[in-house]
Amino acid sequence: MMRSFQILIAAVAMFFASPLFAQLSVPEIPYDSAPNLLKLPDNLYLGEAVGVATNSKGHIYVFTRSGSTNVTTGTNRAFVRSSSRLFEFDQTGKYVREMGQGLYGFIFAHAVRVDPQDNIWVIDEGSNMVIKFDPEGRVVMTMGRKPEAIRVPAAPPPLAAPAPVLGGNPAAGGPGGAPAREGPAPSPAREGAGAPGDNFDRPTDVAWDAAGNIFVADGYNNSRVAKFDKDGKYIKSWGSRGTQPSQFHTVHTIATDAKGNVYVGDRENRRIQVFDNDGNFKSMYINVGAPWAVCITPGQHQYLYSSNSNGTADMDNGEIYRMELDGKILGKFGTAGKQMKEFGSVHEIDCRNPNEIYVGEITNWRVQKLTLHPDQAK
Amino acid sequence: MKRWPEFLVLSAAVLFATSLFAQERNNVPPPAAAFATAPEIPYDSAGANYLKFPAGLYLGEAMGVARNSKGQILVFTRSGEAMRLFQFDPEGNFLREIGQGLYGFAMAHAVRVDSQDNIWAVDEGTDMVIKFNPEGRVVMLLGRRPEYGEGLLATPPNNALPPPAVPYRFGRPTDIAWDASGNIFVADGYTNSRVVKYDKWGKFIKSMGTKGTEPNQFNTPHSIQTDANGNVYVADRGNRRIQVLSNDLTLRAIYDNVGAPWAVCITPGPHQYLYSSNSNPDNNNSNVAAVTGEIYKMELDGTVLGKFGKAGKLAKEFTTVHAIDCRNPNEIMTAEITGWRVQKLALHPAASSK
Repeated sequence: MMRSFQILIAAVAMFFASPLFAQLSVPEIPYDSAPNLLKLPDNLYLGEAVGVATNSKGHIYVFTRSGSTNVTTGTNRAFVRSSSRLFEFDQTGKYVREMGQGLYGFIFAHAVRVDPQDNIWVIDEGSNMVIKFDPEGRVVMTMGRKPEAIRVPAAPPPLAAPAPVLGGNPAAGGPGGAPAREGPAPSPAREGAGAPGDNFDRPTDVAWDAAGNIFVADGYNNSRVAKFDKDGKYIKSWGSRGTQPSQFHTVHTIATDAKGNVYVGDRENRRIQVFDNDGNFKSMYINVGAPWAVCITPGQHQYLYSSNSNGTADMDNGEIYRMELDGKILGKFGTAGKQMKEFGSVHEIDCRNPNEIYVGEITNWRVQKLTLHPDQAK
Repeated sequence: MKRWPEFLVLSAAVLFATSLFAQERNNVPPPAAAFATAPEIPYDSAGANYLKFPAGLYLGEAMGVARNSKGQILVFTRSGEAMRLFQFDPEGNFLREIGQGLYGFAMAHAVRVDSQDNIWAVDEGTDMVIKFNPEGRVVMLLGRRPEYGEGLLATPPNNALPPPAVPYRFGRPTDIAWDASGNIFVADGYTNSRVVKYDKWGKFIKSMGTKGTEPNQFNTPHSIQTDANGNVYVADRGNRRIQVLSNDLTLRAIYDNVGAPWAVCITPGPHQYLYSSNSNPDNNNSNVAAVTGEIYKMELDGTVLGKFGKAGKLAKEFTTVHAIDCRNPNEIMTAEITGWRVQKLALHPAASSK
């Protein structure tokens, strides 16, 4: 009896997860993209634009993967040279400055977020660190620690992994589907252990509640959410690698609502899991594809955006969903591609203004500012 | 007594290995089939220091050279810290650098300029093709740089098969070309052995080719060009032949009489010519250099019209030509690997002689 009940549940889940369900009933939201948004000086370039966030003045921060992810071999250790870069632009897209030049924690950018006090937080999956800059651009808090040296030798031969790494990203909500993992395969010994504590293993994102508690999505290799108080003191963590509720397969993006609930983009499991402020599982949304990036708008009526981004080696999907916090889909927009208004693996969304959002794209090396017209959705 | 046969086997093995080694050292390819019969085209070089750099800037291995519609010269070079893309005016005066510290620059291979003066760089280190607009800003990308990995990546064994090719990733790509409607053709490459066709917005259309020596197979597709009818000319370097494909990548002809085509270039205009360089290999082997280094001028149908140049370190000689620009049919530019230089050559085909 138990078995057949489970099958019934699975069948119902697959029905709701089917592309038909996701697409037929979802209105298209018209939108525009501002051309030539970010104006960089002649000698500066974006690489993969994995992070984008705005502050209260509308200034735009972009955390990018820049040149030279080079290894320097020392006498008995190898060191990775810095290559993440953090740029600030004003609200018109005019270049303001670079922050954290040559920073010890800048190896492989993953996300940037700005908190309500306009502090800038970056997450670097290469150094395993979350770094808090004050609005002036000075480091005021660090979380996690960069390993003293990368291990030599390490990593499996590159030929073993490529096919799944490049994997497709089948239609929204489609059951099964190859994992959309971007990165190199994690080391099996620790993969998904959900190890509690202060240190991270390829962390991906950060969020805060109204009291300033910090939630870190950790990450490719650790599969947990870690909660810290506002001073960075560890409180608790939950999750491990798996497919059950409260388990994760690449906790890739995280956001909180005004009540302190925590929304986790559980990417390879193709679902958003919602937890209360203490990490108790509340619900999950399984009909919006693989959530590469989530964002919750501020204000009285909060909305949840989630991007079912195309994989970095395919042109499938790419649409962004606009939802109520309870998971109800209000509309969607966009598709994978290289033209303006199209998306090249959206990796982060800024939604400080609910109808004027920013997206950072991996494969197109750019940030787009999108003006949405949800009133014209059809 | 047991000892004795073992010793015999061992010494036989040593002898065999030694003779193999000797053969390897003297493994000099025959001259190109057209070498003896092609008329010599007289030419001049503007000199080995045609490009004038500001103090503190240097070329490394000059992998790519291409001119835009204004005659300005783009050079993609392997430099000390990173790859660098330089732009010069038609007289060789330095104008600017493009793509400083770019995420897509790790091992330069080619640069080409399209009909709208966009600049396309092909980087075999990041497995990427990067399109810059004429202002020098990135406007489109093909392929993706492999992610940073913890630890050093193990080098695959020599006999390992490459992973299967996928539409939107490259395996050490080498060159790029476009047809009149903007479709993109990528020579891909050292590990993928195929040609990939995309539409002008980078959407995958099809790919053709595997590694091998049969027709439709490649052993390092190293350079690629199109003619005005959209045919695709692939320099199949390791197989010492140029394979000509139709626009939808169907094999039409093979030219195998001009040596190993390191670099090909097709001129614009109503009467198009095909240049192909049988470059001397980049290993500084004088024995091989003695029978390589010349550039052939051909009709598109493969008829050889003439040849010029030879391997050597002086001006007018070639130090492993890796790219040819032929926007002006009788004033071509060469980028050279081992000599770290770009030459501008004035050809005098009317004065050709045997």
